[in-house]
Amino acid sequence: MLTSTLNGFLQTHGFGERLLSASVSALTLEEAMKGEKKKINLYQAVNNALDIALSTDDKAVVFGEDVGFGGVFRCTMGLKDKYGGERVFNTPITEQGIVGFGIGMAALGYTPIAEIQFADYIFPAFDQIVNEAAKFRYRSGNMENCGGLTIRAPCGAVGHGGHYHSQSVEGFFAHQPGLKIVIPRSAIQAKGLLLSAIRDPNPTLFFEPKILYRSSVELVPDADYMIPLGKAEVVKSGKDVTVVGWGTQVHVLQEACDMAEKDGISCELIDLRTIMPWDQETVEDSVRKTGRLVVAHEETKTAGFGAEIAAHIQDRCFLHLESPIQRVAGLDTPFPLIFEKFYLPDKFKCYEAIKRAVNY
Amino acid sequence: MSFLVNHCVGSLGSMRPLQAPLRAFARFLSVDPNDCSFPGAKTRYTDSLEFAETKETIPTYRVLDHSGSIVNKSYDDSQIPKEDAIQLHKNMLMLNTLDIILLNAQRQGRVPFHMTHYGEEATVVGSAYPLKADDEIFAQYREVGVLLQRGMTLEQIMATQFGTKEDTGKGRQMPMHFGSKKLGFHMISSPLATQMPHASGAGYALRLSGKKNVVVCYFGDGAASEGDFHASLNMAATRGAQTLFFCRNNGFAISTPTSEQFKGDGIASRGFGYGIPSIRVDGNDMLAVIEVTKKARDLTIERKGPVLIEAMSYRRGHHSTSDDSSLYRSKEEIEFWEKEKNPIKRFEQYLIGKGWWTEAESESFSKEVRSKTLQLVSKAELEEKPHLSELFKDVYDEIPPNLRVQQKELVEHLKIHGDRYPSNVPWDGME
Repeated sequence: MLTSTLNGFLQTHGFGERLLSASVSALTLEEAMKGEKKKINLYQAVNNALDIALSTDDKAVVFGEDVGFGGVFRCTMGLKDKYGGERVFNTPITEQGIVGFGIGMAALGYTPIAEIQFADYIFPAFDQIVNEAAKFRYRSGNMENCGGLTIRAPCGAVGHGGHYHSQSVEGFFAHQPGLKIVIPRSAIQAKGLLLSAIRDPNPTLFFEPKILYRSSVELVPDADYMIPLGKAEVVKSGKDVTVVGWGTQVHVLQEACDMAEKDGISCELIDLRTIMPWDQETVEDSVRKTGRLVVAHEETKTAGFGAEIAAHIQDRCFLHLESPIQRVAGLDTPFPLIFEKFYLPDKFKCYEAIKRAVNY
Repeated sequence: MSFLVNHCVGSLGSMRPLQAPLRAFARFLSVDPNDCSFPGAKTRYTDSLEFAETKETIPTYRVLDHSGSIVNKSYDDSQIPKEDAIQLHKNMLMLNTLDIILLNAQRQGRVPFHMTHYGEEATVVGSAYPLKADDEIFAQYREVGVLLQRGMTLEQIMATQFGTKEDTGKGRQMPMHFGSKKLGFHMISSPLATQMPHASGAGYALRLSGKKNVVVCYFGDGAASEGDFHASLNMAATRGAQTLFFCRNNGFAISTPTSEQFKGDGIASRGFGYGIPSIRVDGNDMLAVIEVTKKARDLTIERKGPVLIEAMSYRRGHHSTSDDSSLYRSKEEIEFWEKEKNPIKRFEQYLIGKGWWTEAESESFSKEVRSKTLQLVSKAELEEKPHLSELFKDVYDEIPPNLRVQQKELVEHLKIHGDRYPSNVPWDGME
C-alpha cells in the first residue's frame, strides 16, 4: 500500500513502471504440487493462469480477436463475465493494432495480455514487436518500458492446419534482442510459465502448441505458482546423448528416446522452455557430460533456432563433442497440408538422428 | 434395408430442427416492409442507385487572417493572457532560432542529423498550450515546439542532439528522438505511425484509470497512409480511448506531395469513417490551433472517445538535413509561404496590434537565444559521451548471460585495440 501511494506521488505520468507486488504471493511449482490439484488440459491451464493474473493485478487486461466469448480455443472462457468487458474484450481484426495498443497500455503501467489468434498471423504485428516492443526500454534509456506486455499465440502443427494454421515462428523473434520467448510443453508448464511471462518486466511472446490444448491433460495445481523463465528443464537424465526440444517436440523426442533406450542408448532429454534468453548453461553442462547433441524443432531447418544452439554448443563444447551435432527440423518449405506427416521431424526421424549421433 | 431405414430415420430426424428456421422465416414475413435492419450498419433503403461521394470538403477553421487580425467575430480575445501570448511567441522564435543553428551545425558536420520545423511553429507550439501537465504525448519527430512549450530546456535538447551523457536516451538513438518522463513525452522512434496504436492503448488506459486526461498523438499526413493509422483510429474508436489524434498536414512526405499520398479530402475526412469527431484547422494560426485543441481535449474527455484534428500548414524547410527539397519544388513556392503565410509573422502582427510586442523585441530575443544556443552547441560538442557499459544495459531489465559474455569479449578486444576506437566514449571499469 505504501509503495503504491509513494509511486503515485512520485509519478505524474505512468510510463510503464511495474509494481510486481502481485508476484510476491506466487509459489514455486514444487510448493504448488503439494497443494490441491485438478485434472485439466492445456487450454484450461491457460484460462486458469489468465484468471489468476486478472485477479492478482487490477491493471491486467486481456484482449484480442474473439476473446470476449471465450476465444476460438476456449482459453479465455468465462473471463469477460468475471472481470467485465472493460478488462476482457474483443478488438477489431488488426494484429498490428492489437500489439501496438498493448504497448501503449504497458507504457502507462498496465499489464496487457494480448492474443494473436494464430502465430501464423503475428506477422502484421512484426514491426510493432521488433521495432517497438523489443526496443522500447533500450531506446528510451530506461525512461520507460513496455514490460507489462505479454503476447499469447497458438503455434505449431495441428494435423491439418496447412500453411497458415501450423507455423512455428520463434526463430524470427529469437533474432531480436529485447524480447523473451516462451513455449510450454504441457498444462502444468503452461500455467506456471504463462504467469511468469505476464509478470516478467520484459515484453514476452508466449507460444501455445495448439495440438496440446486438449491433448495435454495433467493434475495441475490450483495455486498461483510461477516457473522461472530462462531455465531449461532436464526432463530425463541420461549419459550417451543430449536431446533438446521445446513445445510438442518434447513429447516427440520422448518417444524417440524411448525407442533409442531399447537399443541401449541412454538419452538426456531437455525441454528448453524459454527460447530467448535461452539456458545455455544447462545445455552446455549436459553436452559436456554426454558428448553428443540432437536438437529438434518443427520450424524450418535453415536459420531455425536449432542452428543457434548448434553453433553455440560447438563453440563452447568443442573438445567434448564426439560427433557432429544433429538437427532434425521442419523441411525448408512452407508448411504443407497433405504432406504434413512427411514434413514434420517425427519420432522416427529423431530416433535416426539419435542413432547417427551415437554411432558416428 | 437397414441402410434405408437408417437413412429414413435420419431424414425424419432432421425434419425437427427444420421447424425453427421456418418459424424464423414466418416472423420475417410479418415485419415492416421498410425495415432495413442489418447488423453491419444502421441504414435505410433507397430506390436511387447512387455511389456515395464527398460533395463538400471540410472547411478550415481560423481566427486570425493572414495579417494577424481577428476575423472570427465569436472569438473571445481574453482567453489567452498577455504573458502566455508572449511566451508562445517566444517559443516559436526559440524553435526557429534553434532550427537555424542546428541546421548549420549539421552542414558543418558537427551533428549527424537535424530536422527543422519551418512553417509549422504555430502548429506544434500552439497545440501544446491547452494541454495539462499530466496529459501524455506520443509524437512523430517534428514536434520540438511541443517540448519547448512544456518546458524542455535548450540544454536538454542539445544533450539529445549531440548524444552526450546527459541525454535521456543515453545516446542510443539518432538526434531528434526526444523523450521526457517529467514532461509526459514518450520516446520518439523512427518507424512512422507506430506510435499511433500506442496512443490508442494509452488513451484506453487513461479511461480505465478514470483520469480526466488525454493522450495526444502527433503524426504527419504521410504517416497517415501507414496501416498503423487505420489500426489506431479504429481501435481507439471501438474501445473509447481518450486519445486526441493530431495530424500535421504540411503538404509533403519527404518529396511526395499530398496529391500522391491520398485522393480523399485530406486526413480529417477519414475520421468520420471511424466514427470519430474530426476538425480541420489553419495550422499557421496560433489562436485557431489553441482553440481547436482545447475544445478537442474537452470533447475527448467528455465523450471518453477519440477526436481527430488536422492542422493545415506548409513544410518550408527540407524534410531533413539528408534532403534537398529544391529537387521537387520551386524556390518561389517556398518564398510565397514564408512571406504570405508565415505563422510566426502572423502571430507577431496580432501581438503588435494588441500593443504587447514589437518587431525589435523579436529581433533582440532571437539574438539572445542565438548566442545562448551557440554556446550550448560548443559545450555539448565537448561533452563526454555515455559510458560504454550503456551499450549493454536496458535491452532487458537485466543483462542476460549471452550479452554479458559479449560485453566481456568487447572489453578484452578493447584492451588490445582500444586506441582504434573513439576516445570520447569512456569504458573504464568495465569487465
